[in-house]
Amino acid sequence: MSDTMRNTVYFAGIAVLIIGTGLVYSWDNAMFILNFGLVSAIMALGVNLQWGFAGLFNVGIMGFVALGGLATVLVSMPAVPEAWRAGGGGILISLLLGAATVVLAVYAFAKLPKGWVRGLAMTVILIGGFFLYRAMFDPAVGAVEAVNPAIEGYLGGLGLPVIVAWPVGGLFAAGAAWVIGKTALGLRSDYLAIATLGIAEIIVAVLKNEDWLARGVKLVYGIPSATPDPIELQNTPSFVERATGLGIDPVQASTLWVKLIYAGLFTAVLVLLFILAQRALNSPWGRMMRAIRDNEVAAEAMGKDVTARHLQIFILGSAICGMAGAMATTLDGLLAPQSYQPLRWTFLIWVMVIVGGSGNNLGAVLGGFLIWWLWVMVEPLGHYLMVLITAGMADGSALKEHLLDSAAHMRLLTMGLVLLLVLRFSPRGLIPER
Amino acid sequence: MDLLNAFVVLSNFVLIPAIAYGSQLALGALGVTLIYGILRFSNFAHGDTMAFGTMATILITWWLQSLGVSFGPLPTALLALPFGIAVCVLLILFTDRFVYRFYREQKAKPVIFVIVSLGVMFIMNGLVRFIIGPNDQRFADGERFIISVREFKALTGLKEGLAIKTTQGITVITAVLVVAALFYFLNRTRTGKSMRAYSDNEDLALLSGINPERVVMVTWLIVAALATVAGVLYGLDKSFKPFVYFQLLLPIFAAAIVGGLGNPLGAIAGGFTIAFSEVMITYAWKKVAKYALPESLEPDGLAQLLSTDYKFAVSFVILLIVLLFRPTGLFAGKSV
Repeated sequence: MSDTMRNTVYFAGIAVLIIGTGLVYSWDNAMFILNFGLVSAIMALGVNLQWGFAGLFNVGIMGFVALGGLATVLVSMPAVPEAWRAGGGGILISLLLGAATVVLAVYAFAKLPKGWVRGLAMTVILIGGFFLYRAMFDPAVGAVEAVNPAIEGYLGGLGLPVIVAWPVGGLFAAGAAWVIGKTALGLRSDYLAIATLGIAEIIVAVLKNEDWLARGVKLVYGIPSATPDPIELQNTPSFVERATGLGIDPVQASTLWVKLIYAGLFTAVLVLLFILAQRALNSPWGRMMRAIRDNEVAAEAMGKDVTARHLQIFILGSAICGMAGAMATTLDGLLAPQSYQPLRWTFLIWVMVIVGGSGNNLGAVLGGFLIWWLWVMVEPLGHYLMVLITAGMADGSALKEHLLDSAAHMRLLTMGLVLLLVLRFSPRGLIPER
Repeated sequence: MDLLNAFVVLSNFVLIPAIAYGSQLALGALGVTLIYGILRFSNFAHGDTMAFGTMATILITWWLQSLGVSFGPLPTALLALPFGIAVCVLLILFTDRFVYRFYREQKAKPVIFVIVSLGVMFIMNGLVRFIIGPNDQRFADGERFIISVREFKALTGLKEGLAIKTTQGITVITAVLVVAALFYFLNRTRTGKSMRAYSDNEDLALLSGINPERVVMVTWLIVAALATVAGVLYGLDKSFKPFVYFQLLLPIFAAAIVGGLGNPLGAIAGGFTIAFSEVMITYAWKKVAKYALPESLEPDGLAQLLSTDYKFAVSFVILLIVLLFRPTGLFAGKSV
């Protein structure tokens, strides 16, 4: 069987899985899997860029995704003028002050001669700057959060179309990636892993706690959609006519139509990124990356700047994840920082890349769809399995109850099993690197 | 008198909690650092190993409690601990036999081991949630306090009280005993020496007839025991929640790296460094300042540097500083 043949079979299989879900469960469910499958595939592309092309071990994907989510709020929500008047200026000034402190400390570190003077100067700058920053920041934040706290209490966004947020999310993630890359790349791979793990937790902690930014755990609801509003569609006579003409209930048709539009938009982004990634992989740049991945010392001997290339690809991959994060938040229509869990947003993406085939873009996309389908469907399927297993047990027995209740936790078990089995028996993934 | 009150407040809210937390982190970091030294990879499944061992201990504790067994003033969990360790050891040896050994024979790169440990992490996490569920479990029983606030006030006549929880006392004592036993084992016994030799120079160790499979097995045994002890102590002190154990991974890794990966002494120092910084930076100092400073200098606010939700940020920033200025950690660790 040729490669093309095999890949066609794989993707046809994915289509069968999704359409089958639509037939057996509901089309709403199938569209949910398809849309988030597209988002997952984009994230997997980003991670594949880092891991498959360059061998960088990034376990902070969740952080970049969360930054993308933040971008959606900051770009698309309407501004809250009252909050801006109350403390917007204060917050901006204090943030600038904080940044100035860090810059000054770095400058002092670079310029002063080594010794106790430098240590003292840096301590004074950092501590003094911190207190100055807090003195400005705290009252401003208090004022902002006091503005209509039930639905606002934050600065709001720019009120731009939500699609603008997608590239902006990528930019945010790229900025964070630059900072991390500058400090942690060039050290050992384990250190990059821990550093990214940490920064992801911090980004999510900031989202949870800085209510003035995006309302923290109080959530931001009603992020403007990139598509027509379903309620509006239901009130449009021409749409209702067409829906009834097709024999679909207009209410259902409107939500499906919205999801279809998203699927179209996401597919466009995925195809664009896929083509770019594919061209990058087969360009001299891509060959250089793989050369660096396979033998850093040799590449360095050939005059390649390994650290700079690593930084470059780390930023690119993270930006793609940030973009996907913005898309996911747009699809959800709300930003809920507590929903960012590392198992879901970091390690699951890793399973996708490894199972699909690291180093192969098509493999990453396949893994994205397949693992996402599995992640969603393990719960209902696990429930059936448990019903089957417990069929012989007496009704009301404690074990039976427990097993049925625990079916929801089959997910993680399944993911771990899939990852280990693939690593053991097909370590290069379903579609191996050529 | 005021200074004494300030010190009591400080001990009550900063020193004692930080010492207890530091001991727990140190035990966790010792496990990570041992795996790093002997097996040469960062074990992402460590937090979930702790959770699994703790879960086993909790289940046995409940069973003992249902039989009416108790340990007097001490928590019953201490009686269950050896059995919990045994269960954890069984699981760990099972994983090593069926998962890690294959890659060892292949001489796979460290990063492959790390990814494999991600898979193990998923499975253990799933197992724990499957068996005991994702919710909070409290399993501490027995006497709650060694000395309570009221007793302390009556005893000393000070305005501020000092409470030492039984679990805090147990944590520190157990940690000291475990660490002493571990260091005796590593430095004095034949097996311990062969482990250190293997960690220092694998080829030379193999050349002198050390059986690598045995060294690896002993390492896993110790790691399972350390992880279970650390997990149970943490769970007694706070409460058991699978997700929290997973999140402990970050401060534990930070402790191990700050101390120098692969260096047991460093792991302990790192654990306390992280714990103290976390507690001190997220503590509201107002009450201490009220006693320690003259009235005119008293702070208006809570005098809290960062809100407690940012405790991860603290371990992370320390980690970053150490990585930038001393990449091998405070005590020179390995830098493979």
